[in-house]
Amino acid sequence: MKLFEYKAKELMRRYGIPVPEGFVVSSPGQIDHIPGPVMVKAQVLIGGRGKAGGIKPADSVEEARKAASAILGMDIRGYTTKEVLVEERVAVDKEVYLGVTVDRSSKSVLIMASAAGGMDIESVPEDEVLVAHLDPLIGYQPYIGRRVAKAVGLAGPQAAQMESLCQRLCELVTKEDAELAEINPLVVTEDGEVIAGDAKVTIDSDALFRHKEYQELKEDLTPLEEKAKKLDIAFVQLGGNIGVIANGAGLTMATLDSLNVFDGKAGVFLDLGGTDDPEKVKQAMLLMEEADPKVILVNIFGGITKCDTVAAGLLEAMGEKSMEVPIIARIKGVNEEQARDMLKNAGVIPASGLNEAAELAAKESLR
Amino acid sequence: MTVIVDEITKLVVQGITGYQGTYHSKAMMDFGTDVVAGVTPGKGGHEVHGVPVFDTVEEAVERTGANASCVFVPAPFTKGAVLEAIDAGVATVVAVTEHVPVHDAIYFVAVAKAKGVVLIGPNCPGLASPGLAKIGILPNKIFRRGDVGVVSRSGTLTYEIVNAMTEAGLGQSTCVGIGGDRVPGMGFVDALKLFQEDDGTKRIVLVGEIGGTAEEEAAEFIAESITKPVVAYVAGRTAPPGKRMGHAGAIIARGRGTAASKIKALEAAGVRVAPLPTDVPGLVRA
Repeated sequence: MKLFEYKAKELMRRYGIPVPEGFVVSSPGQIDHIPGPVMVKAQVLIGGRGKAGGIKPADSVEEARKAASAILGMDIRGYTTKEVLVEERVAVDKEVYLGVTVDRSSKSVLIMASAAGGMDIESVPEDEVLVAHLDPLIGYQPYIGRRVAKAVGLAGPQAAQMESLCQRLCELVTKEDAELAEINPLVVTEDGEVIAGDAKVTIDSDALFRHKEYQELKEDLTPLEEKAKKLDIAFVQLGGNIGVIANGAGLTMATLDSLNVFDGKAGVFLDLGGTDDPEKVKQAMLLMEEADPKVILVNIFGGITKCDTVAAGLLEAMGEKSMEVPIIARIKGVNEEQARDMLKNAGVIPASGLNEAAELAAKESLR
Repeated sequence: MTVIVDEITKLVVQGITGYQGTYHSKAMMDFGTDVVAGVTPGKGGHEVHGVPVFDTVEEAVERTGANASCVFVPAPFTKGAVLEAIDAGVATVVAVTEHVPVHDAIYFVAVAKAKGVVLIGPNCPGLASPGLAKIGILPNKIFRRGDVGVVSRSGTLTYEIVNAMTEAGLGQSTCVGIGGDRVPGMGFVDALKLFQEDDGTKRIVLVGEIGGTAEEEAAEFIAESITKPVVAYVAGRTAPPGKRMGHAGAIIARGRGTAASKIKALEAAGVRVAPLPTDVPGLVRA
């Protein structure tokens, strides 16, 4: 779960990381003072807002209001700006990069740092980026901060500030269950202070059970995505017109790959994951109906999710709402015989193999 | 010889009194697994399917000689459960639970490695050696004893492919579902190593998916160290970038983790890559 910049900065401030003075507003009228020259920054969960005109300087309350009214409501790469951060403008001497992230291939947390701040770290040549892995059994130790400070070319008091900041950022990542905490740019001001110019934090959504404060944060979701999220169903909207309900990410993707071979294009997919609750299947089916596909393909390989559970959920959904679109069901695995019997007279088109099901669905979708 | 599970595996099921724990303990017993104990704190002294339940793994190991554990406890308690099993001295831990916080996984994966414990998961279906035993939730009926070793990052897609192989008369030596989490215990490379050493495995099937670089790393290892023929399928050729396809690992981000890059790496390592899951048996046989 991505946090808005102002939320990420609030969090960093709590961990003792210096951030500029600022406040967030959702309408220009809410700006009645500014702490000196400011930047007015669009709060959207996507990069590239500077280029899109989502960041503007202002030297007076009036200018700040003007900037805010220009930015609020602005569409930035598909995201509507609903809030702006009005923030003290810092006098930049130098910009560096500091990021802490979960790294899959080393199975550890790693720190990335570079003297080349302010740009996308992916575009910085590899030999200009320090990558320091944190051994999970050793954790953060001061020598790591010293390496980082040296790598970004800081010495003296700034090096000491950098070391402390590095430690605090790692502490934030582990304690807050963050997948990513990135400060880019990390600014060394003309007064020699090290301060977070921008802030990105992503919280591991699997850890929300122990971070109640994030559960209340609103995300930018469509109404259907919102519903799917409440049901703990992975819901992805794609370009085509076939609704795919499957269980497990791999099988879902394989279903899309198979449809593609027969020129079928998925419009929505719902991944039930591992459920054994007919109610969840029913809700998924009703959700799918709302997404208005031309044909629904149900492809289940039962394990944790038993086939008869899926059949029961399907029947309940069809009993509650008459489905106008053809439903193709390919249900294999644990308790498949029961499922087959249950669906015999339900008006569902049965398919036995993955390819057969994909071909049937593709044909219906092209009709 | 076989891979990880065999006749001397004595299994303790952590979370045996829960719905999934109870159901799958029975399924594992039906498959031939020697389930010797269950653990649920506070339920010591009970029995499930005739299996004694203990309050701690330590007690279960002491009393029954359990040497492997299957973890079914809910995500918030998985870290504690896996560490408890490692501390109690079992050799193998299979963590089925999904939605385990990634920082918890990073820690217990590192501990397992340091202690020399084989850890599979979290968020994995487990493993099965047809005719011998299974640990986890893979469906019993899809398997057939044979000489193909299967390793997969997916759950249900593994069942799909194993089932297709079985229907085509191709049996399996061992099937390992390593799970789709970002930080898994056993990886492709670990499993490939075991298959290479296993006399009962003559051929290998690798099932990957988009996201991360595990398939590319596997390809590198195959080129260097695997002499047995390998067939692969990579799910998500048609998945759009930037969309998380179901679980945490499956996402193409910043142009990395694409099916095309994985397929290219695997083919360069001499692996035959099936366009669709249903094409796997044909390639294995060829």
